[in-house]
Amino acid sequence: MDRALRRKITNSVFIGLCGGATLVALAFLVMILWTLLSKGVGGIDLKIFTMTQPAPGSPGGLLNGIIGSIMMCGLGMIIAVVLGILAGTWLAEYGGKTTYGQIVRFFNDVLLSAPSILVGLFVYWLMVAHIIGHFSGYAGAVALALLALPIVTRTTEDMLTLQPNTLREAGMALGAGRGFVIRSIIWKAAGAGLFTGGLLGFARISGETAPLLFTSLGNQFVNLNMSKPMGSLPATIFQFALSAYDDWQRLAWVGALLIAVAVLAVNIIGRMIARETHRP
Amino acid sequence: MNATTMDSDTAPPRETAPGQSELSETIFRYLCFGAATLLLAALAGVVISLAIGGWPAFRQFGFGFFTSSAWDPVQENYGAAGPIVGTIVTSVLALIIALPLATGVSVFLVEFCPRNIAKPIAVAVELLAGIPSIVYGMWGLFVLAPWFAIHVQLPLMTDSANLPGWLSGLVAGIPNGANIFTASLILAIMILPYMSAVFRELLLTIPSQVREAAYGLGSTNFEVVSKVMIPYVRRGAVGVVMLGLGRALGETMAVTFIIGNSHGFPHSLFDSGSTIASTIANEFAEATSDMHTAALLALGMVLFILTFAVLAVARLLLASEKH
Repeated sequence: MDRALRRKITNSVFIGLCGGATLVALAFLVMILWTLLSKGVGGIDLKIFTMTQPAPGSPGGLLNGIIGSIMMCGLGMIIAVVLGILAGTWLAEYGGKTTYGQIVRFFNDVLLSAPSILVGLFVYWLMVAHIIGHFSGYAGAVALALLALPIVTRTTEDMLTLQPNTLREAGMALGAGRGFVIRSIIWKAAGAGLFTGGLLGFARISGETAPLLFTSLGNQFVNLNMSKPMGSLPATIFQFALSAYDDWQRLAWVGALLIAVAVLAVNIIGRMIARETHRP
Repeated sequence: MNATTMDSDTAPPRETAPGQSELSETIFRYLCFGAATLLLAALAGVVISLAIGGWPAFRQFGFGFFTSSAWDPVQENYGAAGPIVGTIVTSVLALIIALPLATGVSVFLVEFCPRNIAKPIAVAVELLAGIPSIVYGMWGLFVLAPWFAIHVQLPLMTDSANLPGWLSGLVAGIPNGANIFTASLILAIMILPYMSAVFRELLLTIPSQVREAAYGLGSTNFEVVSKVMIPYVRRGAVGVVMLGLGRALGETMAVTFIIGNSHGFPHSLFDSGSTIASTIANEFAEATSDMHTAALLALGMVLFILTFAVLAVARLLLASEKH
């Protein structure tokens, strides 16, 4: 076979393989979403949102998990956004170039990709074993906050660094101090970006299961007291999916669909906002 | 802001003009500093809690903790070899599956795909990363595992007489689809979007002159990609591999669903096993004794050291690529 032809064939095969890999990746996405929809949509009814988890064989919903998830994610996000924006601001505006700043940035990266179950173990040791003494919704919220915190910090730093220096100079030329410039000019200019950071953090923690198993534990009743063990949607799904009962498994699929839809929606909204703000 | 300018035109600056208060400046600065320090404290806390909590197990079992595969809560005898080997085998296997796919996806999107559809495809692939781990686990347990058992494991079992000895040893196991191999497959799907996203960004940093020069010499697409582009980003590419490995090592819920959760040493690819993360997820909340808890925290410490080493190398390599 002549050389030119061989090169041409190799090339076509290569392009085909690359396209094939992309198709495989997309196929997995479609298959997973299809499974979720086909097994989950049929089970959605009003009971899911109005009744707590049932005993096997009796009717019920996921209300205890949904409320617990919302409360723990909510508190976790408040902690993560407040601390994350402050820490990100320090990295971008104050100490980011110092050695200490670089250490903080590196450890933030480590925390960002540390296995979530290890963060759960830490919070168990700190709050469940030492501070509070038993499983609680607060411990779950702190574990979730620690998982969202590095994302918010990272995004905040990136977004503030993107703001032009002329903005800061303009503010200072008017006589404002540095902190005032940051709070009332830079944060406002970067507002959409900071919001995206929060959304990304939320997307990460809302489906998080592993650290909740031994911080908030779970609760089969609706519980609004965060100092007590608290149910969460992912923990309920874990328990139900691995059970031997058909109706529990059906509920688990409904829960999985709810979480996946919420996470994907948040992801897509975050992307849309990010694209709007990056548009030149 | 308007008020400030007018003030400074007409009157001497007030002592408490907006943003001029020394006190609020200092407080804000220290608040930011405190938050940054809290981040450090959180990571230090993870290390310290695992080290202190796991210490009784390390002291009791010594080096045997890493070499023994006994995991017996009744006899209080714990050895972590099974989960450690399971973690490393599933992660490496996942990497072997995901790396060619991730390379293919990112090269396709950067080189071959028309621009206007490359963006939506890239977003779709990244959405895979947004699907919660527990959903992967359920999909693996209820869709992948049964399919795998019926279409791969059973035919292999009935044919096992015709297979060469080493291969039939490799695929021995209960045909229920919950095993080391299917766990690796799920892990591969989960790390694929991370790897392809970073790899794609790396490929996009290659100056177009470099590619154009190679094309100008008459190279085919394949030659440009394999001889110019990939060598150009090779250090970063190793970083991508390590990043994928780091993700796979610590992945918990999906693996817990599908790996079969047996503590012993896995004997074949299609044997059930466990990983460090899946063992902790399964047992921690119901740990029967102080030593059981300590052994699980010690396992956590091992996992932290593994992921930290891998991620540190990945970060260093990726950072050096950015010049």
